[in-house]
Amino acid sequence: MTELTTTRANPLIDPALHVWGWEIPLYLFLGGLVAGMMVISGYFLFSGRWRNTRSACYVLPGMSLVLLSLGMLALFLDLERKLFVWRLYTTFEPLSPMSWGAWILVLVYPALVANLLLRVPAPLRAQAPALGALSDRLVERPAALRWIGAMNMIWGGLLGIYTGVLLSALGARPLWNSALLGPLFLVSGLSAAAAFVHLIAPDVGERELMAKADNGFLIAELVFIALFLIGLLSSTAAHVHAAGLILGGPFGALFWVGVIGLGIVLPLSIQLLAVQHRVAHTPIAPLLVIAGGLALRFVLVQAGQVSHWNRIPSF
Amino acid sequence: MARFGMVIDTQRCVGCMDCVVACKTENQVPEGFNRDWIATEVRGKFPTLALEIRTERCNHCDSPPCVTCCPTGASHVEELGKIVLVDPELCIGCKACLASCPYDARFIHPEGYADKCTFCIHRVKEGKDPACVAVCPTRCMHFGDFADPNSEVSRLLAARVHHALIPEAGTSPRIFYLT
Repeated sequence: MTELTTTRANPLIDPALHVWGWEIPLYLFLGGLVAGMMVISGYFLFSGRWRNTRSACYVLPGMSLVLLSLGMLALFLDLERKLFVWRLYTTFEPLSPMSWGAWILVLVYPALVANLLLRVPAPLRAQAPALGALSDRLVERPAALRWIGAMNMIWGGLLGIYTGVLLSALGARPLWNSALLGPLFLVSGLSAAAAFVHLIAPDVGERELMAKADNGFLIAELVFIALFLIGLLSSTAAHVHAAGLILGGPFGALFWVGVIGLGIVLPLSIQLLAVQHRVAHTPIAPLLVIAGGLALRFVLVQAGQVSHWNRIPSF
Repeated sequence: MARFGMVIDTQRCVGCMDCVVACKTENQVPEGFNRDWIATEVRGKFPTLALEIRTERCNHCDSPPCVTCCPTGASHVEELGKIVLVDPELCIGCKACLASCPYDARFIHPEGYADKCTFCIHRVKEGKDPACVAVCPTRCMHFGDFADPNSEVSRLLAARVHHALIPEAGTSPRIFYLT
């Protein structure tokens, strides 16, 4: 038996680390969702689906900009010194994932804006004819569209992986000590984005395609979660204890019910039947997928903060 | 280049908290926050118990994750003795360094920046010991340069059984506890 007592009682630190509340999980979720939307939108552009005027690639960039800005707002709200946020852009720290993320966002916004130029709304076209002319010239050049599509896929992929690497680089928290968090968050973002496009795509063919793609993403997500847990359970006592926090500890209910059950298995079952035309497509399945993606970030961020090298004997 | 660190004799520490009070006074640490603290660890099963009382703080690690994760360069290793410091002017309060520290040695100062033990660098520059070391009534704390094999801290480590805190975290801490 080991009992550790301390006179320290620092706010946000004791009795367990809780420096990040709702803002960071929301930011990671929205970042992942936008990353997935960029990859899907980029793929639609790259594969020539832009020729279909009802394609989701015409609506995703605008929504991505709004959602990413909401995510940035959440990140901004989390900062303790909000007026100093500009200092992120006075340096590049190559070993800091957060610095990488700040600069990746500088690349993401132009890629989204370039994608947005594909279709300039009529009122804006009337006010700024130059934008309309630029849009017309872009649409006349398939090579340029493919280039924009490729940029969206690349920067989207980087953004999605970054949201996981941000946590996995923090070695003090055993639950986050896994390189699989990067691909897990990317595939979860792709899954949420596919569900989102499934919900809002005007074109029936694209909705069907996204339902099929989402099934693949959800299966991949299950595989990554399983590998992530196997990695923790076959590591040190601290990692085994960290895995226990979500497998059966205080975060077990949200993990099993919210993330695995309602977020992956149930919508996957519904969508597998839907793509075989055994049941009708329903908005319930994609809504559950999106909520499950949010729950995954909440579980991992909150449980990760509780996981700790020191506290093994206390739990 | 110097590598400042501490050796703390747990056979002498009585947990009087003079070091805690000295730190708060010297560094004007705000009320409700601590840069250093006393930890009491009891191991074993009654009646065969072992007690270790020790004073803890930032370990000024050789591989400081708080420095590598900092997106603005606010957390840095200074040149005098590889002491890990925070530049409040550069800190945006993102709290990544708090999450990266296996010792939970950092906190957010009421003014919004990450704060922690500095080994009283303002005193060290004047050739003095950190305040906590200077006031210790049992002389259980020793501060010095691990890069110098003849320093008191190096000789103590060579002569006595010792341990560091959470070495498995891989940060190479520079505070050692004699047992």
